[in-house]
Amino acid sequence: MKKDLLDIRDLTPEEVDELILTAKDIIAHPDAYAEKCNRKKIATLFYEPSTRTRLSFESAMLELGGQVIGFSDANSSSVSKGESVADTARTIECFADIIAMRHPKEGAPYVAASNVSIPVINAGDGGHNHPTQTLADLLTISREKGHLDYLTVGLCGDLKFGRTVHSLIAAMSRYEDVHFVLISPEELKIPEHVKTEILEKNPDSYQETASLEEAMPELDILYMTRVQKERFFNEADYIRLKDTYILTEEKLKNAKADMAILHPLPRVNEIATEIDKDPRAKYFEQVRNGKYIRMALIMKLLGVDA
Amino acid sequence: MIIGSIVNGLVIDHIPAGKAMALYHYMGLDELTSEVAIIKNATSRKMGKKDIIKVNEVIDVDYDILGYIDSNITVNIIKDGVRTEKMHPTLPETITNVIRCKNPRCITSVEQDLPHVFKLTDRDKGIYRCIYCESRAKEPQSFKIK
Repeated sequence: MKKDLLDIRDLTPEEVDELILTAKDIIAHPDAYAEKCNRKKIATLFYEPSTRTRLSFESAMLELGGQVIGFSDANSSSVSKGESVADTARTIECFADIIAMRHPKEGAPYVAASNVSIPVINAGDGGHNHPTQTLADLLTISREKGHLDYLTVGLCGDLKFGRTVHSLIAAMSRYEDVHFVLISPEELKIPEHVKTEILEKNPDSYQETASLEEAMPELDILYMTRVQKERFFNEADYIRLKDTYILTEEKLKNAKADMAILHPLPRVNEIATEIDKDPRAKYFEQVRNGKYIRMALIMKLLGVDA
Repeated sequence: MIIGSIVNGLVIDHIPAGKAMALYHYMGLDELTSEVAIIKNATSRKMGKKDIIKVNEVIDVDYDILGYIDSNITVNIIKDGVRTEKMHPTLPETITNVIRCKNPRCITSVEQDLPHVFKLTDRDKGIYRCIYCESRAKEPQSFKIK
């Protein structure tokens, strides 16, 4: 039976651990993986703009010896003629072995996966899920900390529409003694469904605050997010909230010396560029890790042995 | 108020007050040629007020929708003037095309042919979520047909 990745919870913690192990092995021995996906094709169906995720999937497949087809703009495909997600997916299935789909509407990759017999990877659907970003986050945390349990994770910024935040909470809540500090303005607090379905099952596992400075000394990981303009229906709300949290060297004064700063990128101004030189800044490393974990994922879903 | 007894048919009882008309349309009772009685705001010891529907014909009942509206609804099946069965619908695992997803970011908001499917994610609290975007369905008590 084919396996898709639509939600990080489609993978068991054991499968996540296995992917992390494979990714680490790819990092150590890249040549051993250069032909793993010979003659296989990935279709990257990107209905909204993306630089990192699309190029990450494409370079992942190329480094596995595979090939890439797809579109990066819905206007240049039959979608602009009104084709449904299901029909587009059925068509692409005739050409490719695996699909990576980004779509502004939530649940679109689920529709695609339900209509084809090849694996579908959700590369981001609206404000809903972004499981491969979560895998990149987990690989980065695992490489920086050596483990995924017993950590205090601060999530800061847009926790309402930030799909990477929702997926990361879903994934890390499965590890022992992970404590979440949710740092956001009132209007961008974590959605009700993340609370009721995940966090409230262990009410001591999280706290909410509006103050980044107060939370800082406790954190092992600080996960910054961008306030996403494209998720707002009202521009005035976006302008009012976009500069709520800006990470500076000053604010890092009270942080642990080995805290890791992550960000799914792109950033706008929520992390001052002066932080890039700080050894705790791991967000570009996170991008690199994204490619390796996607290589591991593509192999797993295609049934290619590591 | 006197409504004649059913000989062969159904009595759908304990419907939350005010929901009988919606149920009447959803169940397609408006298309029947047999007698159908809708009793609104009947006195109920248990509920205060309730609605009742009587159908003078045995028809197939969609217990899923009844269970979703309120699992306290009962369906009495009457044969030859005698109640032969009393059914208690339970919360269904999924409900399809009963309610619509209200999330403007859901794929169903732009693809009109997709079925609106909600899955039971918490039986104790009776929480249903859209299978596409996971938005929570309205409380069954505030249910409104499509």
